[in-house]
Amino acid sequence: MSDAALSSSSSSSAAAQARPVRFRGGGFRPRSPRWVGALVFVVLIRFLEWGTRAGFISSLTMPRPSEVFDTLVELTLNGGMWTHLAPSLSRLVVGGVMGALAGIAVGVLIGLFSVVRAGLVPLVAALFPIPKIALLPLFIIWFGIGEGSKYALIAFGTFTPTVVATYGAVDNVDRTLIRMGQSFSLSWSTIVLRIVIPGAMPGILSGLRVSLAIAIILLVAAEMLGAEYGIGAYILQAGSLYDLERLFAGVAILSLLGVLMSGGIGIIERRLLGWRS
Amino acid sequence: MDLRLESITHRYGDVEVVRDISLDVPSGRIVCIVGPSGCGKSTLLRFIGGLEQPSSGRVMQIGEPAEDSINPLTYVFQDFALLPWRSVEGNISLILRDHGVRGERAERIIADVLARTKLSEFRKAWPRQLSGGMKQRVAIARALAVNPAVLLMDEPLSALDSQTRELLMDDLITLWTRQPFTGVYVTHNLAEATRLGHRIVVLSRRPGEIREIVEIDKPLSGRDMADPDLVAKQKHLWNLMRAEAEAADKELVDE
Ligand SMILES: Nc1ncnc2c1ncn2[C@@H]1O[C@H](COP(=O)(O)OP(=O)(O)OP(=O)(O)O)[C@@H](O)[C@H]1O
Ligand SMILES: [Mg+2]
Repeated sequence: MSDAALSSSSSSSAAAQARPVRFRGGGFRPRSPRWVGALVFVVLIRFLEWGTRAGFISSLTMPRPSEVFDTLVELTLNGGMWTHLAPSLSRLVVGGVMGALAGIAVGVLIGLFSVVRAGLVPLVAALFPIPKIALLPLFIIWFGIGEGSKYALIAFGTFTPTVVATYGAVDNVDRTLIRMGQSFSLSWSTIVLRIVIPGAMPGILSGLRVSLAIAIILLVAAEMLGAEYGIGAYILQAGSLYDLERLFAGVAILSLLGVLMSGGIGIIERRLLGWRS
Repeated sequence: MDLRLESITHRYGDVEVVRDISLDVPSGRIVCIVGPSGCGKSTLLRFIGGLEQPSSGRVMQIGEPAEDSINPLTYVFQDFALLPWRSVEGNISLILRDHGVRGERAERIIADVLARTKLSEFRKAWPRQLSGGMKQRVAIARALAVNPAVLLMDEPLSALDSQTRELLMDDLITLWTRQPFTGVYVTHNLAEATRLGHRIVVLSRRPGEIREIVEIDKPLSGRDMADPDLVAKQKHLWNLMRAEAEAADKELVDE
């Protein structure tokens, strides 16, 4: 009797209280389905197009996206696109590659050698906050008014953030892996090339994302201060005439450049860091 | 090749970590080092392999390692220390290549050690795809690939669950029985020490000094953990360790 009462009461109380455990995990792992990014752009552009057509955004404050697009098409067709893009790209590539390579090299040296670290870390800390554009006149004196000063400005601008990211990444390489290398009597160069640098690669690449965005900013700045051709010069001309369509066409090209570079680094990351995921 | 530790003492700053340790590691035998946490076992092992230098005393190498030994003093680490950006095979070939072993000879060695550690199917796998026990087997395969004269193991099974530990312990015994190697094996686990050790060195709490050296003469392959002799030895070790651990606890309270 009492047994039955006990079992029935315990089972009924179990039934009363049974409910699924509340899910508390999930989140904090942002993934990016491609279409969401595209959707944001489409919605924004649609909105501007609609606003300028409906008239509640005046064409003085915002150019109509379709007209910006027409300007871009026209620029492409009359060859103006290439005249401006080619010098910009070559400045970006030459300056960016020089700065990034030098930055990675110096960063690795700082990460490996005490003397270099003691000597250069304060110097890099002193150089980092200088707005590099302010040094353009100096670069013009040193490297001439032509391409040299622009390369130097972009290279210098990418150099400092790359150095900081690289030596931070080298510092973060798992020391037990280095000790493992030593315990197998691997040569110094093998330890650096096969253990330290691959271990630092994730940090170096994420630093490179920042550095290359800075490179684009400096490219435009350099071209605004003295260049006949280039995206920066094109934007400056348009701006001084308050030609908003052309201004936005230039800005759109820059954004696209940024997206392409970031995508390029994404591809490199997937190639080099395939072991991570 | 034998190893001899000659009165090794070491300080980190003001803290004396190990004190006056003298010990022989005879060739073809496994010496286990046990002792309470923080008594300097890992530190001692780093001295033996030349990864660090003691404040005083020295580690002597007596006799030459075999001609074909690529890396005479080789470690197996507690946390595996596999390069995550290299496959199982790549982790081994990196080391062989750096010692000038390439092509067919490297291929033969890799196939052989992977077979001995039962990893042949996982040759191309990435470390992240392997379980802890398999990772440690890769690390053991890598160590065997360089044909070490002395294998230095720092709690190689501590990061693994107890079943995996059993299996790997069996694997180690099989490996040794088939081809006896010289080993120094650091552990917390007295059962591991009594199963694998020919000579068990009990260290005192920090600063680590040798409390006692227990010899076990039974062949490794025939050791049965229910054997009263081994049970008695393990019990004796446990009493030694317990005294040290209790004393270490008291010290903490006193401070
Ligand atoms: N590089 C170091 N610098 C300063 N102190 C250290 C260093 N390495 C170890 N120690 C100290 O030396 C003592 C012994 O460390 P060790 O790692 O050798 O102990 P252990 O016996 O291996 O301990 P465990 O059983 O926990 O692995 C510890 O108190 C530790 O804090
Ligand atoms: Mg230890």
